[in-house]
Amino acid sequence: MIGFLIQRVLQALMVVIAMSIIVFLGVYAIGNPIDVMIDPASDQALREALIQRYGFDRPLFEQYFIFMNNMLHGDLGESFIYRLPVLNLILSRLPATLELALTAMLIATCLGIPLGLWAGYKPDSLSAKAIMGFSVLGFSVPSFWVGLLLIMVFAVELGWLPSGGRGPTTEVLGMNLSITSLEGWSYILLPAFNLALFKLGLLIRLTRAGTVEVMSSDYVRFARAQGLSEGKVVSLHVLKNISIPIVTVFGLELGSTLAFAVVTETVFNWPGMGKLIIDSITVLDRPVMVAYLILVVFLFVMINLVVDLIYGQLDPRIRVKAAS
Amino acid sequence: MSGAVLRVNNLQTQFQTRGGVLKAVDGVSFEVGRGRILGLVGESGSGKSVTGYSILGLIEPPGKVAGGEVLLNGKDITRLKGDAMRQVRGAQIAMVFQDPMMTLNPVLKIGTQMIAAVRAHDKVSRKVARSRARDALAKVGIPSPEERLDAYPHQLSGGMRQRVAIAIALLHSPAVIIADEPTTALDVSIQGQILAEVRRLADETGTAFVWVTHDLAVVSSLADDICVMYAGRVVESGPAADVIASPRHPYTAGLLASVPAEHEPGTKLPQVPGSTPSLANLPQGCAFAPRCAKAGPACTTTPPVQHFEDGRTALCHYPIEPVSCQPLSLTSTTYRSAS
Repeated sequence: MIGFLIQRVLQALMVVIAMSIIVFLGVYAIGNPIDVMIDPASDQALREALIQRYGFDRPLFEQYFIFMNNMLHGDLGESFIYRLPVLNLILSRLPATLELALTAMLIATCLGIPLGLWAGYKPDSLSAKAIMGFSVLGFSVPSFWVGLLLIMVFAVELGWLPSGGRGPTTEVLGMNLSITSLEGWSYILLPAFNLALFKLGLLIRLTRAGTVEVMSSDYVRFARAQGLSEGKVVSLHVLKNISIPIVTVFGLELGSTLAFAVVTETVFNWPGMGKLIIDSITVLDRPVMVAYLILVVFLFVMINLVVDLIYGQLDPRIRVKAAS
Repeated sequence: MSGAVLRVNNLQTQFQTRGGVLKAVDGVSFEVGRGRILGLVGESGSGKSVTGYSILGLIEPPGKVAGGEVLLNGKDITRLKGDAMRQVRGAQIAMVFQDPMMTLNPVLKIGTQMIAAVRAHDKVSRKVARSRARDALAKVGIPSPEERLDAYPHQLSGGMRQRVAIAIALLHSPAVIIADEPTTALDVSIQGQILAEVRRLADETGTAFVWVTHDLAVVSSLADDICVMYAGRVVESGPAADVIASPRHPYTAGLLASVPAEHEPGTKLPQVPGSTPSLANLPQGCAFAPRCAKAGPACTTTPPVQHFEDGRTALCHYPIEPVSCQPLSLTSTTYRSAS
């Protein structure tokens, strides 16, 4: 177990280093940020001074090592635009995205798994076909359009929920959260549902496919021959056997939701990380872009590490392989 | 034999398909007494496994039990629905499946699966259920049962897994256990051990077994009675020793002739020509007629059930005359009880 953990952490480290090089080179290739930062009318001396101040006159590898050295000391640079340390800037936006993404995943899981189980348990029923039809809509209709539609119906026509923004927040454990109040929930509900729709469709299909497969297996037949009730067959045999693909997709989706909730955050004017990165790209705020991408890589690596550890808990056969 | 624990009368199981109705089981009748072992023999597709599933009410759509009775201690269970049928399964009639690699859930501990099986019928605490599971494992000859409860299926050998499956079937001391080719996937030596164990259990606990198999050698050494099935019908039945020694139906005779054990080495092994007919396209009259050397003009009509001495039957127009010779043994071992 420990050996497995060390191996995975080392792998994760390699991925982070490789990604930092790719990100750094990629951002370097898009050009000199000084031209964007300063007034085109300013003189050459000011230009030179700024280039020197930010170290753009040094060789590329030297710039990279300075960047890595700073990063290891927790310094990801300072935003050109906001004049704030990048890390603080991103972390200040993190709670908003975090609560939005987690609420969306919660909605998708709590609806998707039961619906998928039902659709897989009674695959020929009318309700199962309706669920499958809904799931196709869920991941094929573009989310910006659904977002606009949700605003039109629930905010404009019915007037039940606010059309955007984040609402009041309270500070919990140093993070500003809006899910602590009822009014906060009214703000998060629409964007979270919008964000959940794609994952909901995905989880329904995944759960259904697994359920259909497990229900026709010999061990389910054997369990029925033992006189186990249908409820017990599903809760004991089906749920555990279908959980591995579900956990995999859950992990990947959680990562991508945290990193790329951009469209939903823009439509609902949600002040999260996605909006920050889009704004930074438009103004070529290089430190924010680099730091954000590195953070995303770190996030994905961590989530996958946790997913791998959960695998071992779910399937004893994987545990054996890892140990040997 | 009025003391039959399980009596199947004219059982009909049909599958609705696009090509029409398939009669997988077409009027099968047999009975098993307490502590007796019935061998249900046939080739693949003869309907022997479907018969087993039909008895337990485990036929899934588009299939259904279309007619006949399954009398368990005199009570018809084919009309039981939902929870009433569930209470019969596992408690009064249990089943063991063919492939022990597939019948246990790979991600659950043996103990978890056995405790669930105990608690499906008896509302006892986990602790009590666990100790009953342990006793059941000990009963089928599994060493250190306590540790096995915490093992996962992949940590046990095939033979051990099949013993676990039999132990699960025994948990509620059922009146009948239906065993669907349970030793087919095992080594011959392991198979021998399991057969001996089953014979002992039938004698000691009085559980009746319906042993579904295509292996005549197994049946000849284990079963008290035999039913030979062909294309959904019982073509011959009777006491195992008699049927093996002197088959009355040409199909049984053909099957026996193609068992290698008694065959002279170096000469060609006789076989039943042709293959099992498709259920969608059964020949008129006797389904075996096209493959039968003895077939005559009458075989285009449905053959009658012929009754012989000792309660033997054959579904044939031209049954083979009985021979009186040395009882034939297909294997050197026999697990049949002396009774």
